Amino acid sequence: MNAPRAQVDAQTVRFVVNGVAREYSGSPAKRLADVLRDDLGLTGTKIGCNAGDCGACTVLIDGRQVCSCLTAVAQVGGRSVTTVEGLSDAGTLSGLQRAFHQHGAAQCGICTPGMLIAAADLLSRNARPNAEEVKDALGGVLCRCTGYQKIIEAILDVACAEQAPLPTAGAAVGARVPKVDGIAKLTGEERYGADGIPADALWLRVVRSPHHHAAFEVGDLAAFAAAHPGIERVLCARDVPSNGFGIYPHIKDQPVLADGLVRFRGEAVLALVGTRDAVESVGVAELPIRYRKLPPVMGIAAAAAPGAPLVQADKPGNLLLDGWVRKGDAAAAFAGCAAVAEAAFETGFVEHAYIEPEAGWARRIGDRLEIHVTTQTPYMDRDEMALVMKLAREQIRIVPTACGGGFGGKLDLSVQPLVGVAAWLLDQPVACVYTRPESMAASTKRHPSRIRIKSGCDAKGRLLAVETEADFDTGAYASWGPTVATRVPIHASGPYFVPHVSARGRAFFTHCHPSGAFRGFGVPQGAIAHEAMMDELADKLGMDRLAFRRINALKAGDATATGQVLAHSAGLVQCLDALQPHWDAALAACAAFNKSSGARRRGVGIGCMWYGIGNTALSNPSTMRIGLSSKGVLTLYNGAVDIGQGSNTILTQIAADALGLPLQQFNIVMGDTDLTADAGKTSASRQTFVSGKAVELAGRDLRAKLLSLLEASADAALRLEGSVVKATDAQGEHQYDLAWLPSRHGTDALRGEGTFDPPTSPQDANGQGVPYATYAFAAQLALVEVDCDFGTVKVLDIVAAHDVGKAINPIQVEGQIQGGIMQGLGLALMEEYHPGRTENLHDYLIPTIGDMPSMKCILIEDPEPLGPSGAKGVGEPGLIPTAPAILGAIHHATGVRMRQVPVLPHRLRAALKPTETR
Amino acid sequence: MAAYLRPTSQSEAVAALAQRNLTILAGGTDFYPSRVGQPLTEDILDISAIAALREIGEDAGHWRIGATTTWSDLLSARLPPLFDGLKLAAREIGGVQIQNAGTIAGNLCNASPAADGVPPLLALDARVEIADAKNITNVALAEFILGNRKTLLRPDQLLTAILIPKPEHAARSRFVKLGARKYLVVSIVMVAATLEVDAGRVRGARVALGAASAVAQRLPLLETALIGQACDATLGDHAKADHLAALAPIDDVRASREYRLDAGLALVRRVLKELGEVA
Repeated sequence: MNAPRAQVDAQTVRFVVNGVAREYSGSPAKRLADVLRDDLGLTGTKIGCNAGDCGACTVLIDGRQVCSCLTAVAQVGGRSVTTVEGLSDAGTLSGLQRAFHQHGAAQCGICTPGMLIAAADLLSRNARPNAEEVKDALGGVLCRCTGYQKIIEAILDVACAEQAPLPTAGAAVGARVPKVDGIAKLTGEERYGADGIPADALWLRVVRSPHHHAAFEVGDLAAFAAAHPGIERVLCARDVPSNGFGIYPHIKDQPVLADGLVRFRGEAVLALVGTRDAVESVGVAELPIRYRKLPPVMGIAAAAAPGAPLVQADKPGNLLLDGWVRKGDAAAAFAGCAAVAEAAFETGFVEHAYIEPEAGWARRIGDRLEIHVTTQTPYMDRDEMALVMKLAREQIRIVPTACGGGFGGKLDLSVQPLVGVAAWLLDQPVACVYTRPESMAASTKRHPSRIRIKSGCDAKGRLLAVETEADFDTGAYASWGPTVATRVPIHASGPYFVPHVSARGRAFFTHCHPSGAFRGFGVPQGAIAHEAMMDELADKLGMDRLAFRRINALKAGDATATGQVLAHSAGLVQCLDALQPHWDAALAACAAFNKSSGARRRGVGIGCMWYGIGNTALSNPSTMRIGLSSKGVLTLYNGAVDIGQGSNTILTQIAADALGLPLQQFNIVMGDTDLTADAGKTSASRQTFVSGKAVELAGRDLRAKLLSLLEASADAALRLEGSVVKATDAQGEHQYDLAWLPSRHGTDALRGEGTFDPPTSPQDANGQGVPYATYAFAAQLALVEVDCDFGTVKVLDIVAAHDVGKAINPIQVEGQIQGGIMQGLGLALMEEYHPGRTENLHDYLIPTIGDMPSMKCILIEDPEPLGPSGAKGVGEPGLIPTAPAILGAIHHATGVRMRQVPVLPHRLRAALKPTETR
Repeated sequence: MAAYLRPTSQSEAVAALAQRNLTILAGGTDFYPSRVGQPLTEDILDISAIAALREIGEDAGHWRIGATTTWSDLLSARLPPLFDGLKLAAREIGGVQIQNAGTIAGNLCNASPAADGVPPLLALDARVEIADAKNITNVALAEFILGNRKTLLRPDQLLTAILIPKPEHAARSRFVKLGARKYLVVSIVMVAATLEVDAGRVRGARVALGAASAVAQRLPLLETALIGQACDATLGDHAKADHLAALAPIDDVRASREYRLDAGLALVRRVLKELGEVA
C-alpha cells in the first residue's frame, strides 16, 4: 500500500581518518559527520545543525576545514580526514589544546572540536596569526558560551602556552585553575546527549504540529506501524501515564503528547519509535493525522484583549500570573519630582541557541527507568518523570550527560518523557535527538515583553519614584512564566535606592512555544527599561550618566523595593568607581572621533544591574557529599550539573580548601541521581553560592572527621598518600591508614556532608519581603560605532565591572561575564525569533566571532558572608547590563533612543532618518 | 534502487543526465541544508570528481572559471584586479568551511535572491556555459537566472563554466555586503561594481545590486550616467534613487523594503566612491 522507498546502492568508501585507513560501506550520500559518528564511533565531531550554519562538525579534509555535515562520504574516498580525536598525539595534548585548556577557551565544549579544527587549519598555514586572521579562520564556528575572547587569546598564545602549576592545598580558592574536567572537552572524549547512545537503541522521532493552533484526530496507529516495517510503535497522548508536566508543582499544564488540540507550532503530537532508518523515512503526509486549523492568539496585545479566545480554557483573560511589588506611594511621589522620564519598551522572543540540540536515551531495568540526557536539572527531571510515569521517585534514575549549553533552555523536559514512556512500554533502549529546526520550534524562549516605565528624581538627582508595568508573552504553557512575573517586579526599579516603587509583572498565554527560563528570567528586559530612564533623567538634569547612577546606587544598609535591608555585599558603587577612568577615556575618545567622522558616529553608554541569587522567595537547598574510601580515593558527589559554566571546578576548589587537600586529588561524580544528593537546578546563578556553601560545609565536615581520627588540631595540614592520611600540627605528624576502616557508604569509609538553603522569606501581598539571601551587582560600559547611512552598529569595547563577592576562579568568572556580554549583545542587536520563520541558525542570528568587542572584566569582591569564601553568583548578571549599555551608546552616538530590540539595521535607520539634516 | 553516480569526465556526466533525472551534487553546501531531518533517497550525480570542471583558465577574449571551482580556489588564484570584487564576495560566503566546499556554479544554480556570487558576476558581465549530451552553449548570467530558485537549466543540462570577458580598459571591481552580523550572514542588500577606466575617465561601468529583488539586477541607468565621468571620490554622487527604480525588494525578518532601497543606494554610492578613490 505504500510506494517502495528507494534505497541508495551501498558503496564502499576507503579513506584515512586521523592517520588510520578506514573503510565504510553504505549509502555514498551519507553525511560524513554521520559516518564518523555512527559508523566509525568518532563522536568527537559534533552535529549542531546539519546545515553548515554552526560549524560544530568541522573536520579537516586534506588539511582544509570543511563542514562534515555537508560532505557526502563518497567525496572523501582516497582522502585524509582529521577530526578532533586526531589532534592529540597518543594522549599528549597538542600545543593548541593546551592553550585552550589554560585559557579557559572551552566552556560547555560542544563547539570546541570545531573551533580546534578551524584553528588547526589556520595554524598549519600561519604559525603566528594576528587576531583578525584568527577571526577570519574561525568565523564559521558558532560558540554560545564564551563570547569568543578566550578562544582568540588561546590561539594567539599557542606558541607560549605553558602549563601553570596547580595550587597547593589551601590555595585553590581564588586561583586561575583550568577546568578539572576540561581535557575531555578538548580531545573529543566528552560524551554529550547524542554521544553515548547504545547501538541497539530504537530511535524515536517526534511528529510536531505544523499549526499554531489546531484540533486534530489520529487514525489507526497500530495499523500504521504494522504497515511500516521497522516501526515498532506510534505513541500518542493516551500512552502517557500522566500526560502533563510543568515547572511548578501546581501547574502541570503541558502535555507530553498533545491530546486532540495543539496550542503551538512545534508541539509534540505523535512519537514514531523504530529503527532509525524507518522512523526517519516516514513522510509527514503518510501519517494518519488530520488537523483542523483554529485561529491562533499571537502576541501580548491579542492575548490581553477583552474577549480574546482562551489558550487554556481554565485561564481567564489568558492571564497566568499578575505579580506586584509596592512600596510607598509612587503615584503621589511623582508630583514632587524635579525631573520625570517615561517610555514604553518592546522585546521579542529570544532563542537559547545552545549548539547541542536536545538529546538523550532511556532504558528500562526491571521496575526502574534510567534516562541519560543533556539537562540542567537532574533532580527536577527525576521528580517530574516520576509524576509522568506514575512511578515512585526511587524508580527513576537520571544520569546527566555532558551538557552542550543550556542557558535556561534545558531546565524544562524535552526528550525525557518521550524516550522514557517508549523505553518503558517497549522494554528496549530508546533514543531521541532533536534536529535543529525541531529544537528551535519546540523549546522555550526568552519572554517577549512590553514594558511601560516612569521614573522621577529630585533636583539633586536622587530617585524618588519608579512606576512600571511589564507584560510578558508566556506562550502556550506556564513553564517558568510565574518566575518571570514575580522576579521582574522585584528588580524593576534597578539597583538603586528608590523610596516609592510600584511594579507589576503579568504573563499572558498565547499560541506560541512556551516562554521559559533564559539567563535572567525577564530581568534583562526590565533592565533595558530602567536603564533608559536613568539616562533620560541624567540628561534632563544635565548630569553625567555614571555620576547619576552612583548617587542612586544601592549600598549596604539601604532598603530595596521589597523592603529588604541589604546587610552586606552591595558593590555597585565600587563597580562604578572601577569604570570611571574607562568612562572618562571613552567619552573623550568619542568626542574626538565625532569631530570628523561623516556617517560614522561613536558613542558610549552605561548599564547597571542587580540580580537576586537563587530561587525567588522559595527554599532552594543543596546537599553535597565528599567521600573517602579505605583505599584513599577521594570523591566529590556533586548533584549540581556543570553545563559549561565551571561548577565542577569551582565546587572542587571550595571543597579542596575546606578539607585541606589539593584539588587534583578529587574525583567527581556529577549529577547522577543514584549517586549524588539533590543540589537543585543549575539556574538562577545559584550553584556557586548555594552548592558552593554546601560543599564548603561538606569539606569541613569530612575534615573534622579526619582530624578526630588523627587526633590532630583544627589547624593541622593534611596530606593524603595512598590510603594513609597524614596531619601535621604543633604536636608533630599524625597519621592514619584508612585501610583500617570498613566501607560504610558504598565504597566510602568516611563521608562529609553539607547542606545549605539560602535564608529568604515569603513576599506579602505587596511583594514586600526578603526574596533572596544575596544579590549580585554590576556595571558595564559599551563603546559603539554607528554607521548612520546603514543603521549598523559595531560594538568596539565593553568594560564590565562585576561584584561577585569573591571570584573562586577568575577564569570561569570572566568566562561567564564574557559569554553573558555576547548574549546581551545578541539581544540588543540581532536576536529575534519568529515562530515558523526563523527555525534555523542562518535566519536566527547569534553573534559570531567577528561581532564581539574587546572585553575587559573588572572583578569587584565585596564579600557576602553567607557565601563560600564570600562568593555570590555571576551566571546571569553578565548579560543583563549589556543591552542597556549598548542602547545608551547608540543614543550618545546618534541622539536616537531605541525602544525596541533588537536594533536591526532597518529599525535604527528608520529612527535616524527624521533626524537627518544632510 | 536509487543511484549515486560519480563520473570523472564531463561526457559521462552529461550522458547520465540525458538518461535519467538526477540531482546534481557538487560542494553540498546547498544540497544538505535543504534536507535537514529528511532521508536522502534521490538519484544523485556527484560532479566533484570531474577534474576538468575545477580549472581556471583564459584565452584571448575570456577568463574561464570551471563550474566546481570553489570559493577558496578562486581566492588563491592569481587573478587581475578585475576579480577583486568577486574575491571580496568569496570571503563573505559562509565561513571558510563553506568557501572550501561551495562552488561558484552551485551558487548560481541555487539561484537564491541573496546569492553573494551573483552581483559580482553580473558586474563582470559573466556568461555561463551549459552542456548537454549533444551541445555546449553559453548564455548571459542575467538571462540564466529566471527568479527565486529558478534558472534556465534543463534537467539534462550541466553548467560547466563561467565565462568572463576580458575588458577593453584597465578594470577594477568591488563588492560590499550588508548584513546584521559579521560572518555567516544572509545579505540584507549587497552591491558589486566594475569600472573600466582610461585616462582618469570611466569608460565602462557595471553595477549590480543583490537581495533587493528576486534576482540580482544591474543598474543600467546608473551605468550610463557613469560613462565619461571623472574617476575620483565624487563618483558616488552620480547615483540617484531613480537608478534603483526597477528593483522590487521585499519586507522580511532581515529588513524592510524601504530600508533595502535606501541602504542599497547608500551602498552603491559608497562602493563607487571607494572605486573612484583607487585611482
